[in-house]
Amino acid sequence: MSDYDSDEMVSSYNKYVFRKLLFIVICVVIMIAVIGYASTIGSAGLSPIDVYKTIYNHFFNKSAINGTNDWVVFTIRLPRIMTGLVAGMSLGIAGAAMQSMMKNPLADPYTTGISSGASFGATLAIGLGFTLFGLGGSSGIIVMAFVFSLIPAAVIIMVSSMKHTSAATMILSGIAVMYLFNALTTIIKLSLSETSLAAVYQWSIGDLSGSTWESFQVIAIFGLIGGVILMAMSKKLNILITGDKNAKALGLDAHKLRIALLIIISLMAASVVCFTGIIGFVGLVAPHIVRIFLGSDNRYLIPASAAFGAVLLMVSDLISRTIIAPTFLPVGVITAFIGCPMFLWLLIKARKSMW
Amino acid sequence: MFGKSNNTQAEPEYENIQDRPLLNVELKDLEFGYDPKRPVLRNITHTFNTPEFICIMGPNGVGKSTLIHCINKILKPTGGVVLINGNDTANMKLKEVAKDIGYVPAQSEDSFPLTVVDTVMVGLQNDFKFGTRKEDLERVYETLKMLSIEHLAMRDFNELSAGQHQKVMLARGLVRQPPLVLLDEPTSNLDIRHQIEVTKTLAQMPKLTNSIVIMISHDINITAKYADKIMMISKGGIYAYGTPMEVLTKEALRDVYGVDADIIERDGRPHIILNDSIPIPKEV
Ligand SMILES: Nc1ncnc2c1ncn2[C@@H]1O[C@H](COP(=O)(O)OP(=O)(O)OP(=O)(O)O)[C@@H](O)[C@H]1O
Ligand SMILES: [Mg+2]
Repeated sequence: MSDYDSDEMVSSYNKYVFRKLLFIVICVVIMIAVIGYASTIGSAGLSPIDVYKTIYNHFFNKSAINGTNDWVVFTIRLPRIMTGLVAGMSLGIAGAAMQSMMKNPLADPYTTGISSGASFGATLAIGLGFTLFGLGGSSGIIVMAFVFSLIPAAVIIMVSSMKHTSAATMILSGIAVMYLFNALTTIIKLSLSETSLAAVYQWSIGDLSGSTWESFQVIAIFGLIGGVILMAMSKKLNILITGDKNAKALGLDAHKLRIALLIIISLMAASVVCFTGIIGFVGLVAPHIVRIFLGSDNRYLIPASAAFGAVLLMVSDLISRTIIAPTFLPVGVITAFIGCPMFLWLLIKARKSMW
Repeated sequence: MFGKSNNTQAEPEYENIQDRPLLNVELKDLEFGYDPKRPVLRNITHTFNTPEFICIMGPNGVGKSTLIHCINKILKPTGGVVLINGNDTANMKLKEVAKDIGYVPAQSEDSFPLTVVDTVMVGLQNDFKFGTRKEDLERVYETLKMLSIEHLAMRDFNELSAGQHQKVMLARGLVRQPPLVLLDEPTSNLDIRHQIEVTKTLAQMPKLTNSIVIMISHDINITAKYADKIMMISKGGIYAYGTPMEVLTKEALRDVYGVDADIIERDGRPHIILNDSIPIPKEV
């Protein structure tokens, strides 16, 4: 055996950590570049430099604000771009945490049936005009989608508190509830007019075109709080992936931890779904692409999935707006179009096994 | 690595890890059944309070792993109590129980890959700190070196052989130098040299670190050679407890395992020559 010594190990471990941090930094740089570039798309003829200047002036140099540019960037362009950023982050984080806590590479933010609950809520609101708290219009739909998306997770939490269940049973009960909600949605749809059906369909495909500063704020608040809590729990997640028994032997009640995580992840995903509809793929694939590069240490996986999820969604949205403009192409379609080949290519190239 | 205690976050009252207080683990009328109507373990009463290397033996499915899991609260006993330093574990938080007990499971679980370093680091349990401290890395290194797997440090846990897995799990369980270590067949996949080396290391640990080491094993001759005490489990209860010479007798092997064996004494320890299996005497 070699005389591999302690310092050598420490230095190669530090290099390994540095690589992970570098990945996150690169994603953040791309994010900033995309914000600048995406803000130029449109009829106002701004250059990326103009955009950064406008953003800088808006916050730090109020006297130099150019009214038109400021209005274009902050009222027209940025709400959508920034909503994409925080939605991608939340989906990336929620996906990474869901996979780790369920110990299942197929898990994503919607694993517990969130999307089916949200669809049902939105269908009730759009199709039957049924809303909560007497809210009308789009806020009625948003609140309905949000509240109903949390019901499947609540059912899972109830079931698994009554009888201590494993991760796999949790996923299975999520799928069972999902079927029920899909069936309920179908029943309502059968009775709807063609225009209502079209509106329901329009809602269900994920899309960022309806984004506002409000959607940004709500998603950002849930994402930020959830993200910080999940980061704080990242070492616990590392313990959890070594197995439930071992986790218990290390003083961690796997069952209780899973329920806590499920609540946080569900709230994050629900806050995204209710504004954007069901954007698939980001939550599933962004964490896996990160795993290929960085491995599965949750301390780095979670922030890196946030950064990469944001990049993936922002770039996809950029493409969806430009590729065959002015035709409407939902962002969910593009995430799959970019994400799938990229993911398969990486899978084939990957030196390491992911699972 | 067992010289000084460099665990800054643990009790700093003692300079030398040998001077730390010994744990007292008491099992009183312990009973456990996965199905409450059919208990696997019954009337287990025993106290571990000497710094010794204790091997648990017994046929498949008799409840050895179950017993270990009752001690560190992975399972909750359906009857009786487990007391650690006089405290009933039923009233203790998992975290409090885990603080003093290292655990090495029988099998590794397939999961997302962590590097060997990160896998072992999990055993340090300092989960409230986000970063990785240099002293933690050095501690991990020392543990890996003790098991001569330091060269695997940066490999992914998932990509290792069965024996390498087992050594990493050993490192994870031992890295904290806990005062009580529970090991479930930790050498079942190791080659003969490493079976000897690991068992020898485990056997020396109680005296060097003032700890209790309890290992489940099916390897009768390794056990006979290194164990301070053997606990033989049969039919859900303790069949015999004592030194290898006292426990590993021709009669015991016949009664418990239904095996005919000859016992030779060498340097005060039994050496077992297995002859043949014989019909197990029917329970009355
Ligand atoms: N999760 C479980 N649910 C129900 N019964 C179980 C469970 N785990 C173990 N058992 C049963 O409990 C008994 C004791 O199992 P245990 O794993 O403790 O045996 P063991 O002595 O460790 O055996 P081995 O030498 O094969 O490891 C066996 O009869 C087994 O079938
Ligand atoms: Mg066993």
